[in-house]
Amino acid sequence: MSGPVNWLSQIAAVTKFGLLSMPQRRGSVAAAAFGIAGVVAVLVGVLSIAAGFRRAMAASGSPDAALVLRSGADSEMVSGFLRDSTRIIADAPGVARTPEGPLASAELFVIINLPKISTGTDVNVPLRGVERPALKVREGLRIVKGRMFEWGRDEVIVGIGAAREFDGLQVGDRLKVGRYLWPVVGIFSAGGGAADSEIWSDATVLQAAYHRGDSFQSVFVKLKSPDAFNEFKDAVTADPRLNAQVLRQTDYYAENSTAVTKLITTLGYLIASLMAVGAVFGALNTMYSSVSARTREIATLRALGFGSAAVVASVMLESIALALLGGVLGAALSYVAFNGFHTATMNWQSFSQITFSLAVTPQLLVQGVVWATLIGAIGGMLPAIRAARQPIAAALWEL
Amino acid sequence: MKFLHLIWANLRRKKTRTVLTLLSIVVAFVLYGFLSAIKQALTGGVSLEGANRLIVRHKVSIIQLLPESYKQRMEKIPGVASATHQTWFGGIYQDPKKFFMQNPVVPEEFLKMHPEIILAPEQRQAWLTTRTGAIVGRKTAERFEWKIGDKVPIQSSIWSKKDGSYLWEFDIVGIFEGRDKNTDTTPMFFRYDFFDEARRGGTGQVGWYTVRVQDTARPAEVAKLVDAEFENSSYETKTEAEGAFVQAWAKQIGDIALITASILGAVFFTILLVTGNTISQSVRERTGELGLLKAIGFTNAQMLALVLAESCLLAVLGGVLGLGAAWLLTSHGDPTGGMLPLYFFPARDVLAGLAMSVALGLVTGLFPALQAMRLRVADSLRRI
Amino acid sequence: MSEQATGNGALVDIRGVEKVFRRGAEDIQVLKDLNLEVPAGEFLALMGPSGSGKSTLLNLIGGLDHPTRGTVSIAGERIDQLSDHRLAAWRARHVGFVFQLYNLLPVLTAERNVELPLLLTHLSKAERRAHVATALAAVGLEHRAKHYPRQLSGGEQQRAGIARGIVTDPTLLLCDEPTGDLDRKAGDEILGLLQALNREHGKTIIMVTHDPHASARASRTVYLNKGQLTREPND
Repeated sequence: MSGPVNWLSQIAAVTKFGLLSMPQRRGSVAAAAFGIAGVVAVLVGVLSIAAGFRRAMAASGSPDAALVLRSGADSEMVSGFLRDSTRIIADAPGVARTPEGPLASAELFVIINLPKISTGTDVNVPLRGVERPALKVREGLRIVKGRMFEWGRDEVIVGIGAAREFDGLQVGDRLKVGRYLWPVVGIFSAGGGAADSEIWSDATVLQAAYHRGDSFQSVFVKLKSPDAFNEFKDAVTADPRLNAQVLRQTDYYAENSTAVTKLITTLGYLIASLMAVGAVFGALNTMYSSVSARTREIATLRALGFGSAAVVASVMLESIALALLGGVLGAALSYVAFNGFHTATMNWQSFSQITFSLAVTPQLLVQGVVWATLIGAIGGMLPAIRAARQPIAAALWEL
Repeated sequence: MKFLHLIWANLRRKKTRTVLTLLSIVVAFVLYGFLSAIKQALTGGVSLEGANRLIVRHKVSIIQLLPESYKQRMEKIPGVASATHQTWFGGIYQDPKKFFMQNPVVPEEFLKMHPEIILAPEQRQAWLTTRTGAIVGRKTAERFEWKIGDKVPIQSSIWSKKDGSYLWEFDIVGIFEGRDKNTDTTPMFFRYDFFDEARRGGTGQVGWYTVRVQDTARPAEVAKLVDAEFENSSYETKTEAEGAFVQAWAKQIGDIALITASILGAVFFTILLVTGNTISQSVRERTGELGLLKAIGFTNAQMLALVLAESCLLAVLGGVLGLGAAWLLTSHGDPTGGMLPLYFFPARDVLAGLAMSVALGLVTGLFPALQAMRLRVADSLRRI
Repeated sequence: MSEQATGNGALVDIRGVEKVFRRGAEDIQVLKDLNLEVPAGEFLALMGPSGSGKSTLLNLIGGLDHPTRGTVSIAGERIDQLSDHRLAAWRARHVGFVFQLYNLLPVLTAERNVELPLLLTHLSKAERRAHVATALAAVGLEHRAKHYPRQLSGGEQQRAGIARGIVTDPTLLLCDEPTGDLDRKAGDEILGLLQALNREHGKTIIMVTHDPHASARASRTVYLNKGQLTREPND
């Protein structure tokens, strides 16, 4: 009689009666479910900003690529090298080579003001001057529209994210840099990485425009293999002619993203937790009214021999079912509304904009549904206990 | 109001339900206060003082420098009262994650330009007489436990000294307060003359200018004159009101106002559902009683008012408790640990919150109230 | 459990039962040193004024409540000391309840309501369906099997309630004012049904009522007064 199978079938039966009575309480059920949907949508939505940002940063570097900066410089912005130094770095051991020479690109990095399309206000857009190997140093970079700029000419190509977010960066537009007007001749894609937010020109063109002489700010290097990193790093840092530090690109970008993702994640969790508290109250209300509307039914079932554990479990399950309904709704809503949504924000390290797409990842969806389940479980617990503890005899004769 | 006891009794009818609904309203308003404070932190920093101040920067971008000599030229432009400059130092104290701003300034000009920075007279005097002297805001002083007389080493990521070292040392001679909550007390300011003489490159160049406009002049027109003055030079400028500059800065992060508004929209929509549902449930339960009130002569308007008063009482009570809790919570300071220096719950948003609680009460009560008003006495009495 | 059996063959054997309710600081003694024996196959009516303790006694017999003192044995098994958990299982096996207000689940059809107690057994779906059909036929409600409680008249709802009470073929059928909410005609039909169940199927029935018309259908009537049983109504 009291085997586990029987116990489970009791729970299933009692739960079914509760679920069947849901349509009669649809107002209250919908209010609680929408409340939970709201929590999940906000949670997933806010965290998808952080996930998208992190993903963009992760797509920016590969483990066999290194970045060389002046030692003490925490970003390209404040770094600097003369050509002599960049040559030494390019010839260092560990650097991948092709018949045309080492895969190292000495680069310049400045920012220019351009209006952001979504807000209409000026923002800092990164402008990078590169050398020929740049295209091979960065994997997966390709021109998606127009053509590559010609080396030595006053032309630029624009990252696909920058072209989308900032005004005046379409092929055929002219970019005003100080007193110069540089035609945009192509759009390139770097697979969602940081370069997608940048405008590129020939480094020598940028040197001239910014009166930089023959100096650069950073060297991007492709290594023979990920394992060659230490060999390269040791050679560069030990060289007395250089005052340089070597970073793995993946580490550099991950470091860049931590502050922003931490801020967004902290705020996201805080907001969602507060909302979740509100949703728990909503769920409690709904379940209390569900239980009190069914006082006599529950007592009848108990009189017929259904156990109190079955009643507790069924009220909990009903609450969780309701929460799951809301959770799935909220997760679906956030996926439709936010996934792939293009945006841009400030990357504090480079003092400039980075464009990225919000990423509603499967993990976030699962997390949203887990939150919903917890809200449902917490919201169902007290009403379930109340339901199980009400004296059968008294409740039976109650109207 | 003589019906108050009736309204109150109705709310007490199902105490658990009323309390739960009240708590969800409280939570909504705590969240509102919290988001207001975040929004304030990210988009605020525009003081009244800033209304007649302009920021002049290099046209191409703020990281490009302007000549120090522009000060004299600016002060000759009609409508300009005074001009002073700052330069981004980009320094780190111990931990690069513990960010705060340090800028070289010309002390006397700077303090005159920024009356919102409150510095004790003897500290001001000490700053004027100490070349390596620096003043620091209260928040940063407390964060690093700096006291007057401390020597603090700051590693600049941008500026090296003539000996090639990027490590600078300053003497803390003053700790300043903000005149109001909207004044950022995290930066540190040190003397430009010391900086300019010691730095290896960029001598005679500064980051940006702050310009005070004469009281009688129109800031927008002065801004145009400033940019016209330097047009076609090698250092063209872009001039805008300090408020616009700060807001554009915030918009670099994203459209904060839009994001907070969407979140609040989701929150209030949710609460609207929960509260509206509670009220209409309780109206449904007392159909018979409400019919009785009508039978003994309550008018339609009184019925409407009775239910609306109930929902408004609940919403306003929740609103007041929530806003109060938010006020307490936000006054404990920034939850991110220093990333949001101007984090507080502004009074105007508290008032807006109160108005919203009334609106919430009206909206949630409306349908149940209409339902009660439209009761047909004969039908409802039968349902007792 | 055999040592608990009283050996006199009574199906229901209540000895020295006392029930005290605590209301605030005050103790209310509802049942005092009460003894009752109900032999198998009897249709017993339990009468008495409001507040005399009829429902309390029925709850004790049905395993819904514990006595303060005394023993309650049903079919030789002491139930007064079983835990709530074991009582639930015991009720499922031995007792059928019929309520004044029918207590049908509004979300289930009549047949589904009747099937409820069978969900606590190991019967297969087909077996359950067969049992339900038999029970519904016994109360004459086959034609209304697919209807929801709100679509049934009071008499029909009570028939469904009785069908639910007998579907597991319980040892005992306990009825609390089964006709209390019905008009005379429907009430008569229900009483006739109970009588038939008693006579033709040998069901042991204990029925609480305050209606002399109802108790007249029973094979024996006892009166509860001031917590004690008497053979005659004495006020």
